[in-house]
Amino acid sequence: MESGSVAIVGAAETTELGKIPHVSQIQLHADAALNALKDAGLKLADIDGIATAGESPTNLAHYMGIVPTWVDGTSVGGCSFMLHVRHAAAAINEGLCNTVLITHGESGRSNVGRGGFRGGGGGASLAGQFEAPYGLMGPPSLFTIPFLRYMKETGTTLEQLAMVAVVQREWAGLNPRASYRDPLTVAQVMNDRMIAYPFTKLECCLVTDGGGALILTRADRAADFPHKPVYILGTGESVETPMISQMADFTTSRAFRTAGKKAFAEAGIKHADVDHLMIYDAFAHLPFYGLEDLGFCAPGEAGPFIEARNTAIGGILPMNTNGGGLSYMHSGMYGMYALQESVRQLRGVAPAQVKDAKVSVCHGVGGMFAASGTIIMGNETV
Amino acid sequence: MVDLIADKTKIPVPVPTPETAHFWQGTQAGELRLQRCDDCQHVYFPPRPFCPACACRSVSVFAASGAASLYSYVINHRPHPGFNGPYAIAVVTLAEGPRMMANILNTPQTPEALLLDMPLQVTFEKLTEEVTLPYFQPMGDQ
Repeated sequence: MESGSVAIVGAAETTELGKIPHVSQIQLHADAALNALKDAGLKLADIDGIATAGESPTNLAHYMGIVPTWVDGTSVGGCSFMLHVRHAAAAINEGLCNTVLITHGESGRSNVGRGGFRGGGGGASLAGQFEAPYGLMGPPSLFTIPFLRYMKETGTTLEQLAMVAVVQREWAGLNPRASYRDPLTVAQVMNDRMIAYPFTKLECCLVTDGGGALILTRADRAADFPHKPVYILGTGESVETPMISQMADFTTSRAFRTAGKKAFAEAGIKHADVDHLMIYDAFAHLPFYGLEDLGFCAPGEAGPFIEARNTAIGGILPMNTNGGGLSYMHSGMYGMYALQESVRQLRGVAPAQVKDAKVSVCHGVGGMFAASGTIIMGNETV
Repeated sequence: MVDLIADKTKIPVPVPTPETAHFWQGTQAGELRLQRCDDCQHVYFPPRPFCPACACRSVSVFAASGAASLYSYVINHRPHPGFNGPYAIAVVTLAEGPRMMANILNTPQTPEALLLDMPLQVTFEKLTEEVTLPYFQPMGDQ
C-alpha cells in the first residue's frame, strides 16, 4: 500500500453498546454500517466494496442491499478488521473498488442470532487432538498460559499486571460509553475472583454486545467528506499458530513482531512520532507483549513502563484510551473498537482526547496469539 | 491426593487422522512418539508427514524419552465437568525439543508445587478403548 493514499472517511459504533438482547447479530452489523454511512454522508449505493468477519460478507451484502465489486471475508479472530483495512487499502490502490465498508457486529453477551467466529475444527483438528483433552475453558484458560514464563524471564510482577487494569479503568472513567467506570486499586484487582491463576476476573476482558463500521476511500477524495480524514499511513499483518502450546516463544509474539515491523516500515515513522496507541487487551498481559513486540519498550520493560504511568492519563504514551477490552467493551472480536478509538482520537473527538494527537498506532490480536494486524493512522499525510 | 480427572466421559476425545494415527498407537503402547526429519534431523510435534523446517517428505517416527520440563501454565479455577478443580493446564518442553500441552498429575495444583522448569516424566491414562492420553508428572514419581 502507498502510505497516505487511502483514508477513513466514515466511522461509527452501534447506537447502543453493552447488553443489547433486542438486536440480532446481523442487525448490529447493519446498525453500525448505517451510522457510519450517516457519519460519512454517503448512500448505500456509494459502497462498492465490503469486508467483514463473524458474519459472511454475502450475508452482509444481501442484508444491506449492497452490490460489491470487491469482497473480503478474512476471519482470523479479533484483529480481522485490521486486516480488512489493510486489504481494502490495497484494493482501492489497485482500482478494484472505490469505497469500502467494513463492519463488525457481535451478540457476544446476549447470543441473539449469533454465528460468530469459531476457531478449531472439532476433535480431528490438531488443537482438538493435542489441546482440547486437557480441560480447556476458553480463552481465559489459554491466552493466559504464556504469562508465567514471561514473568520468570523478565521479572515482571503481578502488581504490574494488575496496574494494566487500574490504568485502563482510569481512562474508562472519562468515557460515558464505557461499561465500567469506577476506579480500581492494584489490591482490588489482585484480590478479585481467580479465573485462571495468575489472572483474576478484573484482568480478563468483558463480554458485551455491540458493533462498529468503517468506510474507506481514496485520500484524494477524502477532503469532500463531513469529518476530518484519517489517513492510513502503514499496515501490517501476520499469523503464527492456532495452538497456544505451539507458540514459538512465550515471551514474545512472532505475529506481533512481523505485523508491527511491516506497518512501521510502510508508514516511515519513528516510535517517537506516535502520539496515541491502542493495544488489543483481551487480557491484561497483552499490552506487555504489544509494547515490546512493536518496539516501544525493550524486552521486559513494559511492566515497569506501565507501572510508572507512562500509558496513563498525562503519560508520554497514552494507551487504550477508551478503557480497552478490560473496561470499555469486548464483544469477542474487539479489534473494531480499537480502530474506532484511534479514529476518534485523530478526529479530535474522543471522550478522553489526547491533545494534538496526530499519529495513532492500532494493534490487534486474533485467536490466542494466533494472528495479528497493525494499522498506523494519521490526520495529516506525511 | 484427589484425582485430577473427575469424569473421563466429560473429556473431549481426540479423533486421530491418517497423519496422527502413529502418535495415538504409540500412547496405547506406552510410548510418546515424535517425528524426526531424515534430511535435516529436525524433531517436531504435532505430527505431520513432512518436516515443517525444510519441507522434506522423508521423516521417521521414534519413541521420545518421555522426559520434559515445565514451560508455563495457568491454574484454571472455573468448574469443568471432567476435572476436580482447580487444576493446571500446562505446556511442557520435551527433552527432544518440541512442546506440548498437558496436565500435571500426582502433584498439588498450586504455584508452590508447580515450579517452572521442574523436571517431568510422561505418564499415560486410558481415556477410551481407542484413545490413551499422555500426561506428565514430577520426575521420580511412580
